Amino acid sequence: MELAGAIITLLGSLVLLIASIGLLRMPDVYNRLQAGTKASTLGTILSLLGIILLEPGWIGKLLILIFFIMMTNPVSSHVLARAAYYIRIPFAAGTVVDKLETINEARSDNTDMRDET
Amino acid sequence: MVNTLMSVSAVIILLSMALAVLRFIKGKTSIDRVIAFDIMTIASVALIAIISYQAHRVIYLDVAIVYGLLSFLAVIIIAKYLEKSL
Repeated sequence: MELAGAIITLLGSLVLLIASIGLLRMPDVYNRLQAGTKASTLGTILSLLGIILLEPGWIGKLLILIFFIMMTNPVSSHVLARAAYYIRIPFAAGTVVDKLETINEARSDNTDMRDET
Repeated sequence: MVNTLMSVSAVIILLSMALAVLRFIKGKTSIDRVIAFDIMTIASVALIAIISYQAHRVIYLDVAIVYGLLSFLAVIIIAKYLEKSL
C-alpha cells in the first residue's frame, strides 16, 4: 500500500515535469497555458492522492486541498486566457481558427461593454 | 524504498520548478510570466505536501492550503489588471 502511494506520487511529479517542459517548448501563450495548466492540475492531484495512500489519517485536509485545486486552477487558466486574448497577444503561425473574432469586433465597436464585467 | 521514492519525487518537482523559472526569465509577454508563476506555485503545493510527509507534521498542509489560496488570488488579480478592467 505504501509502495503504491510512493509510486503514484512519483508519477504525479513526472507529470509536473512534463508540464514544465511543455511550458518551455510550446510556441504560443495559449498553447503554453493549455499544456501548463492541465498537466500541472493532474500532477498535483496525483501527488496528493499518493500521500493519501501513504498517510490515511490526513485524508481530510488532503481532500480539501485536492478539491480546492480542482476548483481554482481551471478558473485562473480561463481568466489568463481571456486577458491574453483581449490585450491582443498574437497567435502562433499555425493557428487555423479564431471563433471569438466576430465577438471581438462587436466589442471594439462598443467599448462600454467592457465596463460591465 | 518509500523514502527514496519520495525524495526522488521532490527532486523532480524542484527540477520542474527550475524549468518554470527559466520560462519566467525568458518569457516575452507578461502573460507568459504569470503562467510560469502559476505553474511554480502549483508545483510548490505538491512539494509542501511531500515535505510534510517526510517531516511527519500535518500542520504543513495548512501552509499548503493558504499558499494555494493566495496564489489563486494573485493570478486572478494580475490577470484582471492586465486586462485593464480592475
